[in-house]
Amino acid sequence: MTNRLIDLDKVGMTYRAASGPVEALAGISLSVGAGEFVSLVGPSGCGKSTLLRIVAGLRPATVGTVTVASRTVTQPIPDIGMVFQAPILLKWRTILENVLLPAELAAKDAGALRGRAIELLEMAGLHGFAGKLPHELSGGMQQRASLCRALLLDPPLLLMDEPFGALDAMTRDDMALELLRIWGERDLAREARKTVLFVTHSITEAIFLSDRVVVMSPRPGRIAADLRVDLPRPRTVELRASEAFGRLNLEIFRTLTGRTAGTTAQ
Amino acid sequence: MRKFSDLSRQYWPTLVLFAILLASWQAAVSFGGIREYLLPAPLSVWNALWHGDTSWNQHIWATTFEIIGAFLLAAGVGVALGVAIAWSPLLANALVPFLVFVNTLPKVAIAPLFLIWMGYGIFPNMLMGALIGFFPVVINTAVGLSQVEADMLDLGRVFSAPKWKIFLKIRIPNALPYILSALKITATAAVVGAIVGEFVASQRGLGYVIVTTQSSMNTSVAFAALIWISAVGLALYGAVVLAAHLWAPWAEGVD
Repeated sequence: MTNRLIDLDKVGMTYRAASGPVEALAGISLSVGAGEFVSLVGPSGCGKSTLLRIVAGLRPATVGTVTVASRTVTQPIPDIGMVFQAPILLKWRTILENVLLPAELAAKDAGALRGRAIELLEMAGLHGFAGKLPHELSGGMQQRASLCRALLLDPPLLLMDEPFGALDAMTRDDMALELLRIWGERDLAREARKTVLFVTHSITEAIFLSDRVVVMSPRPGRIAADLRVDLPRPRTVELRASEAFGRLNLEIFRTLTGRTAGTTAQ
Repeated sequence: MRKFSDLSRQYWPTLVLFAILLASWQAAVSFGGIREYLLPAPLSVWNALWHGDTSWNQHIWATTFEIIGAFLLAAGVGVALGVAIAWSPLLANALVPFLVFVNTLPKVAIAPLFLIWMGYGIFPNMLMGALIGFFPVVINTAVGLSQVEADMLDLGRVFSAPKWKIFLKIRIPNALPYILSALKITATAAVVGAIVGEFVASQRGLGYVIVTTQSSMNTSVAFAALIWISAVGLALYGAVVLAAHLWAPWAEGVD
């Protein structure tokens, strides 16, 4: 790998619960190259969301080191965009004002970024909604707006925590295509794209979007497999029906469930 | 804005019921032999309201002034204490038990003390209204400031936003509907406080008018004073509802 953006070295995380210490993550070593799209897949409680927050510097790792862009992460790092499962837009701000929120929080000139915010909204198919309040938009549109907010300050790293998890299946598939388009898989050279760390529990979503799928197992969260997705980009809907897609899907499913070849409902 | 026809369709039963009650009240007094000093007829109340020898103006203004002062004082102090509690755990630990204790006191029982401390006048009555009405504002402000999604706060941390900015841009607007909802309670409490204050010690105000009618058995004037009090109370309540509609339209129907 030429240019590594994220480096996790034997990262572990233990938190205190009423019943005693709980090991949430153990021995996570992972490297993500610049411009790479990597998904973390695993069952609920495998610590994938926690891992994302450790990369962002929002939670401290108990052991191991986290490096982003050659700097050791010890506190929240500014050069990231975050998208969560809920759009968490501020109800009293218009969509445009919501997209501009990072500029205000980071004490950047929001007026100068207005043009970029409007461009982003147009790219996300939200032109004409800039002046609306969040509750006037559908769940999918709200999530697009929150993606625009994450992209406002043009961060090199995008951290997405089950961003489509709350959407219905059809909107979800549509959003995956949209995300790849906005990410620039068609228009941008690999080095010019943003690095994406994407948490999901949908295997197909992970394969469809990613260059690599990292499969995690729970209690404590560990990396069970790290699989390269050798499907051509730009990804098309037809790829889902391909043999390579199916093989990968099966392999991830087996890793996740521990089921071997020939398992039946029996 | 809803059309007049919609409003009349919704409220005609209320109006009809009100008219029936008024008519039977008038009939009961006129033909039922109820003495006027026990229950004055609506028409005598109406007369006392507009004519009579009470100089309503000065009493209405005194009470209105007390109520508005009490309301503003309760709102200001309540929001400030709520912000203090949400801002610093140290302040919260220091203040909350104390405030809970003050709230459990029967505040009406303190009114005679106010008389000793501050004498007659508008200010002690204002203070009584504020004392009765400030607690819900404190609690709702503190709750509204803390009811922010954890992810939203993480977003603030990612951009290293200072605490005051998170308060200004996220927490305080988030608390606004909670505060406005508490202010509706405060609007009613301010009226109670001002009147109780006037009962105990005053030479002016609608509460004072009611006390004086006790000795003169001028019951129709007491009823008229009651009507004026509810008019002032309703106006204040309406103003708070309107403010909520203008300042926090996104929270419509929250409470």
